[in-house]
Amino acid sequence: MQVKINGKPEEVLGGTVMDLLKAKNIDPHMVAVELNDAMVERDHLGTTPVKEGDALEFLFYMGGGR
Amino acid sequence: MDFTDEQVTRYSRHILLPEVGGKGQKKIAKAKILIVGAGGLGSPAAFYLAAAGVGTIGLIDSDAVDLSNLQRQIIHYTPDVGRSKVLSAKEKIQALNPDVQVVMHEERFVAGNALKLIVGYDVVIDGVDNFPAKFLINDACVLGGKPLVHGGILRFDGRVTTILPKKSACYRCVFKQPPPSGLVASCQEAGVIGALAGVIGTLQATEALKIVLGIGRPLTDRLLDYDAKKATFREIKTKRNPHCPVCGEHPTITTLIDHEQEACELKQVKVEA
Repeated sequence: MQVKINGKPEEVLGGTVMDLLKAKNIDPHMVAVELNDAMVERDHLGTTPVKEGDALEFLFYMGGGR
Repeated sequence: MDFTDEQVTRYSRHILLPEVGGKGQKKIAKAKILIVGAGGLGSPAAFYLAAAGVGTIGLIDSDAVDLSNLQRQIIHYTPDVGRSKVLSAKEKIQALNPDVQVVMHEERFVAGNALKLIVGYDVVIDGVDNFPAKFLINDACVLGGKPLVHGGILRFDGRVTTILPKKSACYRCVFKQPPPSGLVASCQEAGVIGALAGVIGTLQATEALKIVLGIGRPLTDRLLDYDAKKATFREIKTKRNPHCPVCGEHPTITTLIDHEQEACELKQVKVEA
């Protein structure tokens, strides 16, 4: 099914947000996840299903400044 | 407060703007802006705010200038290596614009002094290099009710967002807590393209001036991510999170805490439950 990840259309297998992160080799501690403009609590990543047409944002920490 | 002829000339390109005018320039002259970190982001922000005629600029930094800073921290010059960053920055600001009063806070921004440091200012600019300090600045500004312009840079990527406490999403609405130790590289470890600091720090200065002037649409409830390699900006919508530990409906952070991590070093991080 097709979803949007960080603004780009992508073909993904179904499952939960956590499944998607695992498939992409992303440590869930490294990202904040937004699903259709709402934050997904880290505890809920494994129980939140990804559906056709969903818009996901994987937001990585961006640290420096000095 | 009236401007001298010299000041009218100095600020003429602002005064010409209908959104600024003499009235707006007076607001700028009365504004007090605190820059936490006189480094990569703080340098361009301080320069542009000084040039703009911001009445008071506060600078917080406890470090001395290092040779490796000069690739991006443009307020410090080669002869400043080894000197206090806040003093070095103050000299450049005053050489650029003697109208600006510079308040030097040569100390670290920690839970114990954070609220006291921000209290006298109208806007706070985050120019620090580590997550514990970024989270602390966010928490202090939320608890202290101060508008905050957040910025972050790493490698070729940068991010800016404006936080109006309890009105728009804060940093913790998106990122609940600092990343676990060792997982996220620092600039020191990963590198950063110097000019990126100029892009992001200058956006922060622009946002701060918009807040002071009360014009335009602030960069709230949005993260503005800049990818220097692709030369693209992307906006990510955010919103206040009812579960936010500091500005949510049932906050768990009601006093300031220091997350333990030294600047640009990745040691063990204590993350609150």
